[in-house]
Parts: sequence; structure tokens; C-alpha cells
Amino acid sequence: MPVHVQEEAFDLQSITQTLKKLHNSGASVTFEGYVRDFDLQNESLDALELEHYPGMTEKALLEIETLAIKRWHLDDVYIVHRYGKLKVGEPIVGIVVFAKHRKEAFEACHFIIDFLKTDAPFWKKEITSQKSYWVDAKTMDDNEKKKWN
Amino acid sequence: MQNKKSKIKMKVKLFYFAKVREAIGIDREELDLESDIKTVSDLIELLKGRGSHWQDMFSMSTTFRMAVNQEMVEATHKISANDEVAFFPPITGG
Repeated sequence: MPVHVQEEAFDLQSITQTLKKLHNSGASVTFEGYVRDFDLQNESLDALELEHYPGMTEKALLEIETLAIKRWHLDDVYIVHRYGKLKVGEPIVGIVVFAKHRKEAFEACHFIIDFLKTDAPFWKKEITSQKSYWVDAKTMDDNEKKKWN
Repeated sequence: MQNKKSKIKMKVKLFYFAKVREAIGIDREELDLESDIKTVSDLIELLKGRGSHWQDMFSMSTTFRMAVNQEMVEATHKISANDEVAFFPPITGG
């Protein structure tokens, strides 16, 4: 249940296996987001630097988790999000949702990543061999969130 | 006769993150606000008076968001003593 905001890498498969033993769920859905090897201008990316707002981040993630659990009557949710310097291909965010049936599990996982994109205070800085710059927010992310109203 | 009202000051903590932090050059500070600062919007006006970096950062509402006590708020939100006020760019996590 508690959310995890950390610098270290995580292993979503083993987390899923461990949590599976605690619940009598009919389904689990996992989402894992990675650092891409290209930026929005299609330049080759070396790394990503993630800054966050300690305290508010945990609070925001917990609120999202609580909303999802109530709305879909979930058995359990695990959210992990990293910060600091991440290399291309490394996982940034992981979500595992346990529910009685597949529909709830799929929907809740989708809901959580959409809300996380607009409500959890993280900021990405892209680092190429030439320069580094802050990523601009996408209006698409706001629209994805509004679908759930 | 002394004007008591003007002497009442309100302590707040300010935090700045990411692009906002880099533009203005500091990540946090404590301020004693005069009683005429009632909302986040009043506070923004005060900060804009600090110079061109501040003016540029806080002039476009699309470039920053704000939170009071770790909850996102609009500029009309009232500020109280000991509040934690944060300014940061639109979120880009996940």
C-alpha cells in the first residue's frame, strides 16, 4: 500500500510475485515506464535527471492510490517512482494493481498512470551529449486525465 | 497612536523547484510577510518586484504552478501563518 519514492532501481516482477502471495486476487496489471533513448527533438539521449518535491510527492501518490482503491474496490496497489539521474533503458515508474477481475485491474492501472502524470510533482531534465534542458509538460497529459471525470 | 496592524507579520516558507529554481537561483527561503499579503497572487506580485529574473518567471501563468502545504492551488488561495508555499513548472513525471 505505501508508495515508494526512491533513487534505487526496482524489480517489478519480484514485487508482483511477493504481493501476489498476500492476496486472493483474480488479476493483476502492471505498468512500467522506462527512459527512452531519444528526446522530443529526436536527438540521442544519454540520461534523464528527475527532480521531485519530497513530501508532496508521497502525499500526491497516496491520494491517487486511495482514489483508485475506492473507485475499483482493489485488493492492493503498489506504486514506485524514481528520482535522480537515470540512464537510457532504466525503469522510472512502476505500478502494480491487484483486483478481483481484469477489467478493474486494467482500468485502475490506466487511471493511476494518467493521474500520476499531472498530479505527482516530478520534473524531467533531458541530458544529451551536447546539452541539458527541462522537458515541457504536454497538454495531452491533462486531456488524458480529464477522461476519468 | 501606533498602527498595530502594520506590525503583524506572517512567517512563511517558500520552495522553488526545477526550471523555476534555476531561473531565480534559490531553492528555498523564509519570509516575514506584511499583513497586506493575503493570497498567493499577492505574494507573486511581491516576488516579481525583486528583479528581471523574478519578473520573467512569474509573469506567464503557463510557466509555473503553485502549491500551499503540498496541495496544488490557484493564485487566489489565501495564505496563513507558517504555510509552506511552493512554485514549480507544470509536472513532467511518469
